[in-house]
Amino acid sequence: MDEEVVRERDARAYEAVHEAADFRELKRRYKNFVVPWTIAFMTWYLAYVACNNWARGFMSHKVAGHVNVALIFGLLQFLSTFVIAALYGRFANRKLDPLASGLNAKYKRERRR
Amino acid sequence: MISVPFVVPLAAEPGNRALTISLFTAVVAVTLYITWWASRQNKSAADYYAGGRSFSGAQNGLAVAGDYMSAASFLGISGQIALYGYDGFLYSIGFLVAWLVALLLVAELLRNSGRFTMADQLAFRMKQRPVRTAAATSTIVVSIFYLLAQMVGAGSLVGLLLGVKSEGLKAGVIVLVGALMIIYVTVGGMKGTTWVQIVKAVLLMAGTVLITFLVLVKFHFNISDLLGTAASKSGKGESFLQPGLLYGKDLTGQIDFLSLGLALVLGTAGLPHILIRFYTVPDSRSARRSVQWAIGLIGAFYLMTLALGFGAAALLDTGKGSAVAESKGNVASPLLAESVGGGPDSLGGAILLALIAAVAFATILAVVAGLTLTSASSFAHDLSANVLRSGGSGKQKPTEKDELRVARFAAIGIGAVAIGLAIPAQKLNIAFLVALAFAVAASANLPALLFNLFWKRFNTSGATWSIYGGLISAVVLVVFSPVVSGKPTSMITGADFHWFPLSNPGIVSIPLGFLFGVLGTYLGGDRSSETRYNELSVRALTGAGAEGPAKH
Repeated sequence: MDEEVVRERDARAYEAVHEAADFRELKRRYKNFVVPWTIAFMTWYLAYVACNNWARGFMSHKVAGHVNVALIFGLLQFLSTFVIAALYGRFANRKLDPLASGLNAKYKRERRR
Repeated sequence: MISVPFVVPLAAEPGNRALTISLFTAVVAVTLYITWWASRQNKSAADYYAGGRSFSGAQNGLAVAGDYMSAASFLGISGQIALYGYDGFLYSIGFLVAWLVALLLVAELLRNSGRFTMADQLAFRMKQRPVRTAAATSTIVVSIFYLLAQMVGAGSLVGLLLGVKSEGLKAGVIVLVGALMIIYVTVGGMKGTTWVQIVKAVLLMAGTVLITFLVLVKFHFNISDLLGTAASKSGKGESFLQPGLLYGKDLTGQIDFLSLGLALVLGTAGLPHILIRFYTVPDSRSARRSVQWAIGLIGAFYLMTLALGFGAAALLDTGKGSAVAESKGNVASPLLAESVGGGPDSLGGAILLALIAAVAFATILAVVAGLTLTSASSFAHDLSANVLRSGGSGKQKPTEKDELRVARFAAIGIGAVAIGLAIPAQKLNIAFLVALAFAVAASANLPALLFNLFWKRFNTSGATWSIYGGLISAVVLVVFSPVVSGKPTSMITGADFHWFPLSNPGIVSIPLGFLFGVLGTYLGGDRSSETRYNELSVRALTGAGAEGPAKH
């Protein structure tokens, strides 16, 4: 087939998927998860960096034995990273992947038309 | 973080040195065998650039971790903790949290919308030549910076681990490491490089788990006791466990630390050698799995460096003039391994020391191979195939076979350049290059990638402005910063032309990169890139029309 014809057919298929209600829903779900969580982990990380700079008294406060607030905050950064990564994985598997594979199938159908 | 003059011989006894050398040889033999094996499976461009896109999420996760955990993080971070306590730990937190940016905003969308390089994703809806040229420039610059830091580190490190001080030998090691990485990349391509990284990640994790376990046994798994002993042995008391020994001594230092933190957290998702790893898996779901695996592995590794670093502070001499202090912390982990293995004169100590040295060597090889492959791919696929030889002059676009030949020659060329630059650079303090690579990635690449995916109006001039703008501002600010001139620890001593007060440009150059993207978009005015935005977003989010795994 001519390259130009293939391009046009693909472009029509993409446009059809783009207009689908499911695609708007997929986009909405993705943004509603990603935007707040990105703001949250960036704020939490920058707050931690700032505390190391400007709240050293608080950070040096001992909690248990030689373990102080600074170390606990640092370890909580690890914990929050693990948790957010797991939450996103679960969310994407349940809420994004089914919609995405449906739309992917629609794209393939449209291309055959 | 790995740096300068090493005067402390390790493994100085002939028996130990023979053991270390035989383990090094084993690492080289295994990696060369993998490369040879992989070369027999390489047939198409997708095999060479993307390992046939047939790695599983877990395999690629290991390879990502292997690509990311450089010798600087293995030896450097534990060494910094051994010397500066809590502050040494801060680098690793930025390095880890950064993966959330990659997971949430970049990995899957890039996997769906690109083919082989970072530029593919931009070129999807922009004018090919200018954006490919810009993206290839920043890819090669970032990779060379990173590569130089690793290779200079390799020279010092291997000299150190073998207990040899001679300058000639260090240069020899750089040539050897360079030659090996050229072989991995030209012969094995992405498949060979990925397997080298997987093997390295397994070795590194196993070695680290073993030493961590032995350290914790010494302290009966009492973390507070480990911290307390480290603090009192360090001679710095409780302040060893508190922020402030290394970063942020005054306001400039505090802003500098914030600037470093920003570059670390935003840089990872713009590092070209990390980005192209997402093309080695069959679909976006496996790209997601690979980042999750990488987060688990890298996180676990950095948690263990805490035990290594504080363990070294507690068990070794880290005072002025000690081996650990003289090496700026780089020998903390190997010496700790020797100590927990039974001490310098024991067989257990000698074996563990040699083992950790071999792990460090494997680490260097895997990381430099990844960087060389990235720059060679970008040169061949972006510059040579799509800019230099396409369009205009009426020449035909090169065939896949031609492109792969160029990629192999480019790997040789880049390897030779890296060797040529690394040997004279040995005498300079270039430890800042890793942080600079992160700053450039965050200032030049990340804005272009994010705008392209999420901002319809973004166009060709926006992309070139953000890439060149971010790249140039980060590099210029560093050239005129105290890391290059004006301080006793600067790269150039005896001259002072610095006017920018911070060592880390991120806090200025990252906003500039985004700002240039916006300015370029509106000043360029071109709206033709909007036509394919819907296509890009459908493709990125659903995987419709994305490149599938290679079929053999």
